[in-house]
Amino acid sequence: MTQLAIEAKGLSKQFGQHIAVNQLDLSIPKGCIYGFLGPNGCGKSTSIRLLTGLLEASSGEVHILGESLKGNEENLKRRLGYMTQRFSLYDTLSVKENLQFVAAIYGFTGKRARQRIDELLALYDLTAQHKQHAGSMSGGQKQRLALACATLHSPELLFLDEPTSAVDPENRREFWERLFDLSASGTSILVSTHYMDEAERCHALAILEKGHKRADGSPQDLMAQLPASVIEVSGDALRPLKQQLTQHPSVLSAAQVGTYLRVLVKDNQAAPLEFMRQLCPQHQVAMTRPNLEDVFVVSTGGRHVG
Amino acid sequence: MWVRIYAVLRKELKQLSRDKMTFGMVIMIPLVQLLLFGYAINTDARHIPVGVVNLSQSSESRALISDLEASQSIDFQQEYPNINSAQQAIVTGEVRAVLYLPSDFVSRLVQHPNYYSGQKIAPQVFTRPVGQWLVDGSDTVITSTIKALQNMPLQSVGNRTTEQAVASFAVVPFFNPEQRTVVNIVPGLVAVILTMTMILFTSTAIVREREQGNMEFLINTPIRSIELMVGKIIPYVLVGLIQVGIILGIGYWVFSVPLMGGLTSLLLAALLFIFASLTLGLVISTLAKTQLQAMQMTIFILLPSILLSGFMFPYEAMPNVAQWIAECLPATHFMRMIRAIVLRDAMLTELLKDSIWLVTFILCGLLIASLRFRKKLG
Ligand SMILES: Nc1ncnc2c1ncn2[C@@H]1O[C@H](COP(=O)(O)OP(=O)(O)O)[C@@H](O)[C@H]1O
Ligand SMILES: [Mg+2]
Repeated sequence: MTQLAIEAKGLSKQFGQHIAVNQLDLSIPKGCIYGFLGPNGCGKSTSIRLLTGLLEASSGEVHILGESLKGNEENLKRRLGYMTQRFSLYDTLSVKENLQFVAAIYGFTGKRARQRIDELLALYDLTAQHKQHAGSMSGGQKQRLALACATLHSPELLFLDEPTSAVDPENRREFWERLFDLSASGTSILVSTHYMDEAERCHALAILEKGHKRADGSPQDLMAQLPASVIEVSGDALRPLKQQLTQHPSVLSAAQVGTYLRVLVKDNQAAPLEFMRQLCPQHQVAMTRPNLEDVFVVSTGGRHVG
Repeated sequence: MWVRIYAVLRKELKQLSRDKMTFGMVIMIPLVQLLLFGYAINTDARHIPVGVVNLSQSSESRALISDLEASQSIDFQQEYPNINSAQQAIVTGEVRAVLYLPSDFVSRLVQHPNYYSGQKIAPQVFTRPVGQWLVDGSDTVITSTIKALQNMPLQSVGNRTTEQAVASFAVVPFFNPEQRTVVNIVPGLVAVILTMTMILFTSTAIVREREQGNMEFLINTPIRSIELMVGKIIPYVLVGLIQVGIILGIGYWVFSVPLMGGLTSLLLAALLFIFASLTLGLVISTLAKTQLQAMQMTIFILLPSILLSGFMFPYEAMPNVAQWIAECLPATHFMRMIRAIVLRDAMLTELLKDSIWLVTFILCGLLIASLRFRKKLG
């Protein structure tokens, strides 16, 4: 009995000349919320489709819940839940009709189906809207309906592809509460996102860029082990200073945050604070705690922040 | 398995009943087409506008003109002074044909064999046509209507009563005694409309799920491709039967197209063809990536189904290549079957060859569709 929900070795997917997922290795333990963090087009959706068996991998091996994915796709489908990036339920059906359809597809009939649907309507706060057509609902409601449908059959492993991209912050908090509930009840969850604050809530995460995994681990470890120092620089004329600093080979990136410049200095500088004082004597400099965005910038080599 | 098929079926029916556009098309396509073909399309030309250049100006020439007009196939609308102005009128489209009667019309007429019916004419007498037709040949229906006048009897010209010529053949129409085009068109229209709607509806219904992203979720559920396909097809079988009912019903009550054959044979034949068209739609849905592509492919099938199936032109009159293509189309086989059943009271058992062909087509189509329809994206 393995304790891994997902295990992937050398997983790759090529579309023509373009490699969307490149030699991805994953080992995700059961019971955790695992995040895929990366910008648009980095291969999050493609990775999830590969892991659910929706797309055929160009190469690599995947084990899901201890079983080899290849050849077991159909058996595994009863144990997996998948909430697609795009709303994938029927706009012209009501909330309840959508749930009834999904219930029947998963073999729920009669009383068992009714009970489960009522349970989900209550859990996801959709009881009042159960007659409303899905197409006319707000982003938050659609997302709750999609989650209800994806979890109707109580899957052991749940894939969520950018579940909160069309949702306001209030609903996002709510949504994450539901995810922690699911996780507490034993569901393993893989969620993709391009929001740093969301990624920070995950138990562990992988940073993806252009199909490559650049880093993985728990957010705390990633931040603690950041191979760079974070220094806040304040003072006048920050824009020209920024230009000047980014020229230096030891400076990974410099980004303006309000009245500060947030500068990432490579670890090859033993005394980063001193180094910065020399570079900009007219400004105040101070060390600060790294955050996940710094981790992201360092692991993608500063290519996404400027 | 049945639970899932039923779930898909119920979902599909609900979506269909809420999709006003598609629902309207189910009813409107047969209605509009039927009225269009029933009233407007008529291959027997009537009242073709023609002109005349009458250089003879005799009582005989005027008698000939009124004789021609009595046939109702042409209307003399203009008289032109000379052949040049008549030609001009054809070019501008003012008239579709012009009758030219030369100044020696009367002397030609009295020498013409059709003038003295029954009476032998000395073979050495040189006879010439009494006049000439200039026809706008671009429309073959008009040309053939005028050509039919070529051998018109001329005895009655000049009010001379003579015995009637005996025709070489007597023609007895076995079916459709009044020779109305609509009688042949209405059953044929069943084939054309079913081809159009059945293929289009199934192919777009499945491609739409893929386009709108529903398929991505659906593929990740335990549903099997055959369950999805059967569940999607069945509602459209009902739609097809409703359309057959509408077309034949209106044909019967509005156009008095007889329903000679048994309803069981009719129902079975219609079901066979509906299933054949639906499986064709399924195959298309596995090829097309967008609804637009599905529509284009449907038209690609629809055009030969209209032109080659025997709906427009008799199958036997087509060149061999066209016949081979026609043989591949389910519409051709159904066209034969439904005309035989509706108009000639044939039994399905007498149409075994076409029935077997359709069954084979359905089985092959289902096989191809389920082989091609993989539960994968991309
Ligand atoms: N079916 C496909 N055919 C060709 N290229 C694709 C296909 N799906 C995704 N891609 C490409 O693969 C890359 C990764 O896409 P995706 O996984 O959707 O990114 P993300 O979900 O992280 O935004 C993109 O560059 C995209 O254009
Ligand atoms: Mg994506």
